[in-house]
Amino acid sequence: MLLLNAFIAGTLFGLGLAISEMINPARVIGFLDVAGTWDPTLAFVMAGALAVTVSLFPLILKRSQPLLCGKFYLPTRQKIDRPLLLGGALFGVGWGLGGFCPGPALAGLVSGISGVYFFVIAMLAGQWLAGRLTGDQ
Amino acid sequence: MAEPNLVLGFLGGMLIGLAAVLLLALNGRIAGVSGILSGAVTAPDRFDRSWRLLFILGLLAGAALYRFFSGALPVQIETGMPTLVVAGLLVGFGTRLGSGCTSGHGVCGLARLSPRSLAATITFMVFGMLTVYLTRHLF
Repeated sequence: MLLLNAFIAGTLFGLGLAISEMINPARVIGFLDVAGTWDPTLAFVMAGALAVTVSLFPLILKRSQPLLCGKFYLPTRQKIDRPLLLGGALFGVGWGLGGFCPGPALAGLVSGISGVYFFVIAMLAGQWLAGRLTGDQ
Repeated sequence: MAEPNLVLGFLGGMLIGLAAVLLLALNGRIAGVSGILSGAVTAPDRFDRSWRLLFILGLLAGAALYRFFSGALPVQIETGMPTLVVAGLLVGFGTRLGSGCTSGHGVCGLARLSPRSLAATITFMVFGMLTVYLTRHLF
């Protein structure tokens, strides 16, 4: 059941990325291009997603455990530290250059466009490198 | 590119939110794609790798469903290959170092009112905008 739900959640997520066109790097760069013809789509996507999560997350987290397993796996770090900000900044630069963040890049593989494959392979290499450097696996 | 469809944007966003709600309510997990991806490769536990892999397969299945019913996926890449590879490296490196991306920090972290996620989201938004400004309007 846990595996099935992970697949269903992933499917809804991928469908949402396609319907909202966040799978399209041109649209994402249009949102980031505040000095050009600004495309507000991404703000509406965030608003739609947050409308659901902000209203339901508190109800879920009030429970002592999730419906299908023993505990919640939540981030424990609290401090706003250098790795967080440096990582966010580097991710932002990459996001601005390519118009892809991890979710849309993976879903975008279905387009069959070779550029997406190169992006995803580079992304995996980047993750591996950061893991090596920071020492967590 | 077609005019922005803000209604579909909002509805698609709601689906993303629903996915995050399902994963948290049933599996107790945060739907952060960068973390799910890195764990799918590195997690020592076999079951841990399996659910992550299935989530990623779901991402592809969702996009495939859309492609099946609409005929095509709206993916337009205007970035050259070398830049795209550099972008991928930065996105992978940055999301791992910064513990999350648009979904983990943006959609889930903000809903948990996490100060770390708010700081990360502002940071990658600002740097994304700066980068597009530099590449589109200055160089």
